[in-house]
Amino acid sequence: MSRLLWVAAIALLVALLLLSLAIGQIWLPPSMLVDGLFAPEPNLGGLILMELRLPRTLLGLLVGVALAVSGAVLQGLLRNPLAEPGLLGVSSGAALGAVIAIYFGLSTIFPLATPLLGIIGALLAGLITFTIGRGGTLTMILAGAAVSGLAGAGLSLALNFAPSPYAAYEITDWLLGSLAERSWPQTLLATPFILAGLGCLLSTLRALDALTLGEAQAASLGINLERARLLGLFGTALAVGAATSVTGSIGFIGLLAPHLVRPFVGHQPSRVLLPAALFGAILLLAADIATRLIPTAQELKLGVLTSLAGTPFFFWLVLRLKRTAP
Amino acid sequence: MTCLHADGVTVRRVGRAVVDDLSMTVDGGQFVALLGPNGAGKSTLLTCLAGLAAPDDGRILLDGRALAAIGLRALARRRAFLPQAPRAEWPISVERLVALGLTPHLPAFGGLSQDMMTHVAQMLEQVDLVPQRDQPATTLSGGELARAMLARAMVGDPDILLADEPLAGLDPRHALDSIARLRSLANGGMLVIASVHDLTLAARYATHVAVMHKGRLVAFGETATTLTAPLLRDVFGVKACVQDAGKITAVVDFMAA
Repeated sequence: MSRLLWVAAIALLVALLLLSLAIGQIWLPPSMLVDGLFAPEPNLGGLILMELRLPRTLLGLLVGVALAVSGAVLQGLLRNPLAEPGLLGVSSGAALGAVIAIYFGLSTIFPLATPLLGIIGALLAGLITFTIGRGGTLTMILAGAAVSGLAGAGLSLALNFAPSPYAAYEITDWLLGSLAERSWPQTLLATPFILAGLGCLLSTLRALDALTLGEAQAASLGINLERARLLGLFGTALAVGAATSVTGSIGFIGLLAPHLVRPFVGHQPSRVLLPAALFGAILLLAADIATRLIPTAQELKLGVLTSLAGTPFFFWLVLRLKRTAP
Repeated sequence: MTCLHADGVTVRRVGRAVVDDLSMTVDGGQFVALLGPNGAGKSTLLTCLAGLAAPDDGRILLDGRALAAIGLRALARRRAFLPQAPRAEWPISVERLVALGLTPHLPAFGGLSQDMMTHVAQMLEQVDLVPQRDQPATTLSGGELARAMLARAMVGDPDILLADEPLAGLDPRHALDSIARLRSLANGGMLVIASVHDLTLAARYATHVAVMHKGRLVAFGETATTLTAPLLRDVFGVKACVQDAGKITAVVDFMAA
């Protein structure tokens, strides 16, 4: 990616970060926020900024990065432009795990239960997909669809047997995916897992490049494919599992971000990661700001917005694949 | 001096021996053409010799050390492997594709050095792909891609090159060029083992031939003395006429038996 594009992207990200801090459900003049921040005694502006908007913005940044990097790594590992945490059942596995924690009230007893069960759910879902779908891209995607179906059935079951309409509402509301009302506890809970996951994902860089030549040649170049797959799966489960268990499912960021940047880095899989992370954060923050700006009676959920905006792109991708496929 | 030794190598698939108790010793400086009808076990043998699959029985030694005992990266620096019909999965540039052959030589952190890029450029020149340097590898023609992949395999200066049907899909001129290049690599001391279906080209350029039939090694030796009409009749089931095997004028012709 050329230097100019990098600068522009980083400037855009910084602008979005500031916007995300400045815009909320109630409009406060920026001067009030800044003054509030430096005022010695607690005040409305400072509290809103530090306790509501800052954690939400940071969480958005982290989740966007987690989704985009997972998407980029999965696409590289599977050599499939359609690979994405959501498509491989990892996201729905995480959602199911987190819903189980909410459903059985585990999260109220033990706050780490939601992210932990989310990660376990993501890991299990990913393991099933990778084990069953082994041997081909098509089988992998079919296996992902099957696992998503299974997790979806589990979620429906939870809704079906929800102890009260309120519990059902709570689960649905959570499933739609949102950054609203997330504060420091959730952000701090997810951060270590997301960072650990990103660490795993970043260690697959060389394998991703070598896999451009296919598995046999990559292995012949000294790449430990088993290890790369495990790191990719584990990293995705950690990062996306933790992200999903705090925000609910947010689709399409993991698919879109790597695609947006791929042409700018000569399609080299390892070089996609960093710019994809940047664009993942940009997309997520922009979408989150949009949910606050679009005037609706009820809050428009972030997950709903990314799906609405992302689906046309998915169609375009399928059409393009149809054209270029042999 | 490179020495690759297979000892009683056996690979079973669903109960059937695809490679059956195969033993042979090959050395640096040899260009071994691996011949045999479809399904003879050539690809499986090459995969095992490359250390990418472990045989069910027997062992493979490189300079006296078991392949499995050599680290993935250390092995990758010594031998290159080209599978059948290799292709690029992403539209990276031809230059990048060739540079991927240097993966095992890269430092733990950091990318390609200037020397490495110069070497890549030399390889591109050797295989006649300088004009295509920045072209996406996915848009190359079959022959261009095969040459790019060969450059990818050679760029790390391996001691051993294992290639599965490197001539498939090449037009006569590029097939000739490629097999002559394999021979000159062997002349330079490299051990080259390639499965080949063009018997005339094998008879002309290979220093040795190894002939497989139903998983067994039925003949192995210098091309001039080993590649004979009776052998081809037994293995391929064709009436063959072999002239000047091992010389540049060699011709192998055949008709249904």
